[in-house]
Amino acid sequence: MTATLAPAPVGPRAGRPAARRAPVRRTAGRLVPMLPAVALLALFMLGPVVWSFYGSFTNAALTGPNAANPEWVGLDNYVALLGDPDFPKALWLTVLFVVASAVVGQNVAGLGLAMLMRSALKPVRTVVSTLVVTAWVLPEIVAAFAAYAFFHADGTLNSLLAGVGITGPDWLFQHPMLAVILANVWRGTAFSMMVYSAAIAEVPPEITEAATVDGANAAQRLVWVTIPTIRRSISTNLMLTTLQTLSVFTLIYVMTGGGPGTDSSTLPILAYQEAFKFAQVGYGTAIATVMLVIGAVFSVVYIRSLKPEVD
Amino acid sequence: MARTTPAPALAPEVAAVPPARRRRDAPSVAAPGPRAARALSNVVLVVVGLCFLLPLGWIVLASLDASATLTVRFPDELTLANFTAVMTPEQTWVPLANAFVLSAGTGLITVVASVLAAYPLSRYRMRFNKPFLYAVLFGTCLPITAMMVPVYSLFVRLSLLDSLAGTTFFMAATSLPMAIWMTKNFMDSVPISLEEAAWTDGASAMTTLRTIVLPLMRPGIAVVFIFVFIQAWGNFFVPFVLLLTPEKQPAAVSIFAFFGQYGSVAYGQLAAYSMLYALPAVGLYVLVSRLSGGSFALAGAVKG
Repeated sequence: MTATLAPAPVGPRAGRPAARRAPVRRTAGRLVPMLPAVALLALFMLGPVVWSFYGSFTNAALTGPNAANPEWVGLDNYVALLGDPDFPKALWLTVLFVVASAVVGQNVAGLGLAMLMRSALKPVRTVVSTLVVTAWVLPEIVAAFAAYAFFHADGTLNSLLAGVGITGPDWLFQHPMLAVILANVWRGTAFSMMVYSAAIAEVPPEITEAATVDGANAAQRLVWVTIPTIRRSISTNLMLTTLQTLSVFTLIYVMTGGGPGTDSSTLPILAYQEAFKFAQVGYGTAIATVMLVIGAVFSVVYIRSLKPEVD
Repeated sequence: MARTTPAPALAPEVAAVPPARRRRDAPSVAAPGPRAARALSNVVLVVVGLCFLLPLGWIVLASLDASATLTVRFPDELTLANFTAVMTPEQTWVPLANAFVLSAGTGLITVVASVLAAYPLSRYRMRFNKPFLYAVLFGTCLPITAMMVPVYSLFVRLSLLDSLAGTTFFMAATSLPMAIWMTKNFMDSVPISLEEAAWTDGASAMTTLRTIVLPLMRPGIAVVFIFVFIQAWGNFFVPFVLLLTPEKQPAAVSIFAFFGQYGSVAYGQLAAYSMLYALPAVGLYVLVSRLSGGSFALAGAVKG
């Protein structure tokens, strides 16, 4: 580690000739305050990631002999993963969940709300944005209960439908993915709305007004002026909502438990169930590793887009 | 530029932001058919608001309803019986106390570690900074849910399973990347010139951190603490996996156990318990959005 630190020019006193000749010890001394954070991150963030890769090559179990002394099984878990019909299904459901609820649902709803708020009456704006944000601020499990009650066969949605003479289906059993996707849009839209509200406020009004003078209607202004101007916020927000949605567990677990069967088991649910319900820790770890890799790929793309802010 | 009056109390994030170009008297040329468009967007917003209200309203109304069902409806008579029924030590107070210990501990550890880590990152230009910040940013993005299975086996190995301290430290570690990022941004905005004066007088870096930087960034630290606290308070999955004995479990887990046992009969109590558990998070959010004057703390900080 020290090798990389060697010739460290120093912020406040940089430029002084004496500082140029690599006072390694001083740099090391300056890094001392970072030790607690580095230790925590190494033990509890890096540790599990490394352990995840290692564990996915063993037959670790919750109980029995394999719990104490897991054996190295090579790629067996991954081979099993490919042969298991539940895995491609979970992968597909995860993609569906992320694309429908985050990429499309939350982003479109968030952008739409942010645009509408601009031309709305102040009391309407205040009340609606408070409601939207409340759904987001609530602890996830409480939000999950609320969504459960809403979509339950005897819940609010069906009694509303009954009010107009439609017998609603049992959403949580017949359309579990639709229910959890809508619930996640309901819960997560606030974040996108806040990001887009802030971004739209930065769009120079001159450009919009110039477009209007040139005869652009509202839709054309949105497509040709607003969206190109806030594209950076859009890409940031897309990545963040994608990453957040990728790891949604509680909402789905409370609403449907991943069921019926595995009909709403996204990857986090599948990993949990394989590891703790069926005691196949090694297999669950392999699923976790796949998710970590997917998350890592998205993170790298996201970080590349943020590069200027670190540099 | 005529901005309309600033934010109302509860939802400053949005309200503070929009009408940059709205003018009091002369309607903007950018709004053709302004009255119709406005009416339409108000109507749409009211409908959307209702969609958001219905699930939320269920929690509030059911908690006050002696014979609550899963449908949102006004109670025949208002009662606090649901609250009194769940407000027993083992049902509510112990789990809430556990949640408080867990969240406050997580917040405290995170703030201390991230202030210490942010100081060198903010004050010295070192080769170490850039890779470290990239790693931190990367850690911010990692799906923690994906890690829970390996974390479980790691905790078994380290004999940390079912330990409140172990869980607290783990939750602190997972919130550290975001906290370091936020703390560094807050610290960057404290001018360095004051410290340079103190350095010249012979003060050490840690002394200036304690006596000069920290007092100046108190609101920022409060924001980071509350942010981490809210996250830990609402976290269900981590304590659900890592804490096994009911006496140690925080409210998020015990409320789920309650849901599993009585959820199908005592909806009113479930809703009442949910209210009690959710209120601190909502209250703290209002506090933090006041402290930071808008969405910066929770949404904006993410953008760096």
